[in-house]
Amino acid sequence: MAELYSKAYRKINEIKGPLVFLDNVADVKFNERVVLVDSQQRRKNGQVLEVGERVIVVQVFEGSDGLDKKATEIFFTGDVVKLPLSEEMLGRVFDGSGHPRDGLGEIFPEVERPITGSPINPVSRAQPRDYIETGISAIDLMNTLVKGQKLPIFTGAGLPANQVTAQIARQVIRQSEGELVVIFGGMGITSREYNYFYRQFQESGALANAILFLNLADDPTIERILTPKMALTTAEYFAFDKGKDVLVILTDMLNYANALREISSAREEIPGRRGYPGYLYTDLATNYERAGLIHGQPGSVTQLPIVTMPNDDITHPVIDLTGYITEGQILLSRELDRQGIYPPVNPLPSLSRLMNLGIGKGKTREDHRQLQDQLYALYAQGVELRRLTAIIGSEGMGAAEQRVLKFTERFEREFVNQGEQPRSMQESMEWGWQLLSEVPRSELRRVEDKFVEQYMPGKAAEAVAA
Amino acid sequence: MSVIAGQISRVSGPVVQAKGMEGIKIRDLVQVGQLGLMGEVIEIKGDLASIQVYEETDGLTVGEPVSSEGIPFLVELGPGLIGSIYDGIQRPLEVISEQTGAFIRRGTTADPLPRERRWPFEPTVAVGGRVGPGDIIGTVQESSTVLHKIMVPEGVNGVIAEIKGGEYTIEEPVAQLEDGQELFLRQRCPIRRPRPYLEKIAASIPLVTGQRIFDVLFPVTKGGSAIIPGPFGSGKTVTQQTLAKWSDADIVIYVGCGERGNEMTEVLTEFPQLEDPRSGEPLMNRTILIANTSNMPVAARETSIYTGITFAEYYRDMGYDVALFADSTSRWAEALREISGRLEEIPGEEGYPPYLASRIASFYERSGRVRCLSSADQNGQQDQAREGSVTVIGAVSPPGGDFSEPVTQNSLRIAGTFWGLDAQLAYSRHFPAINWLTSYSLYLDALKNWYDQELSEEFLQMRAELLEILQREDELAKTVQLVGRESLSDPDKLLLQIARTIRDDFLRQSAFHEIEAYCPLQKQFYMMKAILSFYQHCRGLLGKRPYAEIEARPGWEQLARMRYFENEDFAPKYEQLLKELVADGGAVQQGVSQDQ
Ligand SMILES: Nc1ncnc2c1ncn2[C@@H]1O[C@H](COP(=O)(O)OP(=O)(O)O)[C@@H](O)[C@H]1O
Ligand SMILES: [Mg+2]
Repeated sequence: MAELYSKAYRKINEIKGPLVFLDNVADVKFNERVVLVDSQQRRKNGQVLEVGERVIVVQVFEGSDGLDKKATEIFFTGDVVKLPLSEEMLGRVFDGSGHPRDGLGEIFPEVERPITGSPINPVSRAQPRDYIETGISAIDLMNTLVKGQKLPIFTGAGLPANQVTAQIARQVIRQSEGELVVIFGGMGITSREYNYFYRQFQESGALANAILFLNLADDPTIERILTPKMALTTAEYFAFDKGKDVLVILTDMLNYANALREISSAREEIPGRRGYPGYLYTDLATNYERAGLIHGQPGSVTQLPIVTMPNDDITHPVIDLTGYITEGQILLSRELDRQGIYPPVNPLPSLSRLMNLGIGKGKTREDHRQLQDQLYALYAQGVELRRLTAIIGSEGMGAAEQRVLKFTERFEREFVNQGEQPRSMQESMEWGWQLLSEVPRSELRRVEDKFVEQYMPGKAAEAVAA
Repeated sequence: MSVIAGQISRVSGPVVQAKGMEGIKIRDLVQVGQLGLMGEVIEIKGDLASIQVYEETDGLTVGEPVSSEGIPFLVELGPGLIGSIYDGIQRPLEVISEQTGAFIRRGTTADPLPRERRWPFEPTVAVGGRVGPGDIIGTVQESSTVLHKIMVPEGVNGVIAEIKGGEYTIEEPVAQLEDGQELFLRQRCPIRRPRPYLEKIAASIPLVTGQRIFDVLFPVTKGGSAIIPGPFGSGKTVTQQTLAKWSDADIVIYVGCGERGNEMTEVLTEFPQLEDPRSGEPLMNRTILIANTSNMPVAARETSIYTGITFAEYYRDMGYDVALFADSTSRWAEALREISGRLEEIPGEEGYPPYLASRIASFYERSGRVRCLSSADQNGQQDQAREGSVTVIGAVSPPGGDFSEPVTQNSLRIAGTFWGLDAQLAYSRHFPAINWLTSYSLYLDALKNWYDQELSEEFLQMRAELLEILQREDELAKTVQLVGRESLSDPDKLLLQIARTIRDDFLRQSAFHEIEAYCPLQKQFYMMKAILSFYQHCRGLLGKRPYAEIEARPGWEQLARMRYFENEDFAPKYEQLLKELVADGGAVQQGVSQDQ
């Protein structure tokens, strides 16, 4: 195949980490794809990172192991990295560079698209507006997910991020009645993790509508730079060419960022925080921004990236920048997990920025925003009181404060800790009001009377009686 | 115009190097490659020029042509700006979407201002009048709320030989001087140099925002500058959007600099539907948007801030109060860093270029209240006292929410108002999540007169009292940590209780509640007064009544509800409330009957 490309060059000057430096060859283009063939006739893919009058820098996605300066032949393809796309991709498994991994042969492409994509014109975006019921109260009621949103899950080593994500995916699949396309991009994950997701898709009957791009832990690290772009290019094709709702799961974006760091340090670029390049924000954004809806067109791309927080540190640059780009985050907590709470979603730092667009009258319910606001306020107050109690004991607390503490316990143990069993939006709301009914009305400053009268368990009964 | 023609000698991301560029100057505009991609010269070494390219550089190769006419990037200023949305280099995104569809394709160009549209021009000077730079020669009704003043561009002087009202496109001359020079509705202007004015003057009027925490505690002047630093999710964008909606500026420039596409869509969707509380007209009719989102080219992101501030100065020069919002200045600073890195400059703190501080300073320096440029010797018709202002409000996104980082610190040194966002407040959904203990405004002295005269001499006193209570609460919190709330003295308990009311029922203000989103200044004044008189009243009761009774007074709940009084004709309701709060028996009775 490499032979199709005009001319082979043998001009490598230096090989350093994933980078190959060669003497200039006329007409090499910035960012063009290259093919490298080593003395054993093994092929590798690369991309031009820099062209100068004398030197050309190429990054090799499969790593430079096995390449040697003299024998390696380099072919310039004259084009950027593109992905062949077609509806035949449904149900297929590809590697992290987009080649079939399931032994079922190449696909017959309908179109080919550059994997870097183009920015959606902000004028052409449509505002996301439909909520997605995940069945998880801590998300549905407290941090509602909206179709077209990019909502990452921040997790720590050993926390059940995969279960939570799979649970959301199952629910979304179930509601879509077979119309949804699920695209899975795995970067540096273990086969065990992969198998878990595979089985989940299989069991929920979504496999026929799923497309998987896989770079496993022992696959080349640099290839991870390509994997999310492959997944997202495919997602855009199904969403905006074929009008499908697409759910993209990307795991683990930390591994993606680490691959970027590896290239950057091989290029001896000035490192930013923790060695990540200064352009990490821009780079992550070009992936995460590939979500949303387009005016006057069916189809949507919803992203659920999973990002591991090294040492559970939310200020780690990859987590921090992700939070700055995405439309909120779901944060899993080690403390809740230790107490056996599942899903261990920590409500306080979790956020859905698009929630307002998807809730309220005519969507979920008129009281949704105030109910959520009130639960948040009480829970935050309760967490603070709990901290105080640890110091001064509960004797220093007044009666109202005791009630808030009790609320906080129940909120975690009953409301958040719902187990695998999905709850409907309606049920989550009932749970919410149920918990509020334990607290004196004077402490409930964020809900208006009319909602208390209508939805508070005791009150509602009174109203009916009257 | 001399044409400089060179060749690409190196491509590395958004920075391209070209050789054979003798005669080129820093900041000259260049066309790069066969596609003619736009770029700007940012470094020169011998005949080598480094160029930041405003579009993706994929596919460029060594040897491709690079050319320049030796002039800097210019924006077009004239009727048609209002209501538009541009990218960082003033490409009209509406027009671009008509040309290329939902995705922005590289190499697309379009005229910033519509060429065909005719505008009704009304002259304000007569034949024979002598005019110079900055003088207004006529007006165009640009939108229902904006009267566009047509000004004589820089460097143009003379006597009007011909001028006539009528309908004109921006390319047809509306007037001619005796020496033959023509004047148009449009002018072109470089963006990196401040537009000239006669002098800066003291700013002494607040930008009224309708947000209690800003208007009462930490105001900014018309012509001042404010920064909003905060970690992700703490409310920078919602705050900026809220202020862009409700502030009493004449013109709003909103720059989405390296942030989310959906947030720009939100502005585009909401602003045409929302009414300006002063004019009753759609907010979009006073707004210009600049959207260079995080996934759009980084060099154009760097430029977007300057494009925005130049628009702002242009409307300032007409005599308007302009507010510019930049979300987020950190993304602009990062663009600087990214480009500096590609140039292999020696980095300063956190990898930012050493000139970061001076760039930030000179950006904020472009805010201010000025006497607008106009020629000194007039034939008496010119409005000599024309004043205008640019208020700059910049969001800052510190990594990890740590305010000690260079962008926050350098901005802090310049800006007059500091609105520090607090993650803990945001976590408990106390919005706006502005920390009232660390935030400050340096404009209070300058504003004293205004508050005294326009509102009441009580205003600033009450403000001081509020802050004192909140300070005291913070100190007491330390005691509470040790001994618990129950063992505090009654006066201290009362103080905590009133502090909570101030926080929950006054400072907290939802941007999404129909009534709450905008709170008229007079209403703010009443609310503050209600809280403080109730406090005073309760203090008077201490020792005379058991504390539990004070705590159970219905006044507390009345205070919690007063925010929902309609924004029209609220005065009688507050007057009534003020009476009830301090009337002893009456209020208690009413409370009792309510509970039944
Ligand atoms: N004034 C406010 N009123 C109500 N909610 C707010 C307010 N400010 C912020 N929020 C909430 O906080 C979320 C994050 O705010 P945002 O401005 O997007 O944060 P940032 O720009 O700092 O990352 C919003 O989606 C909204 O839910
Ligand atoms: Mg923001």
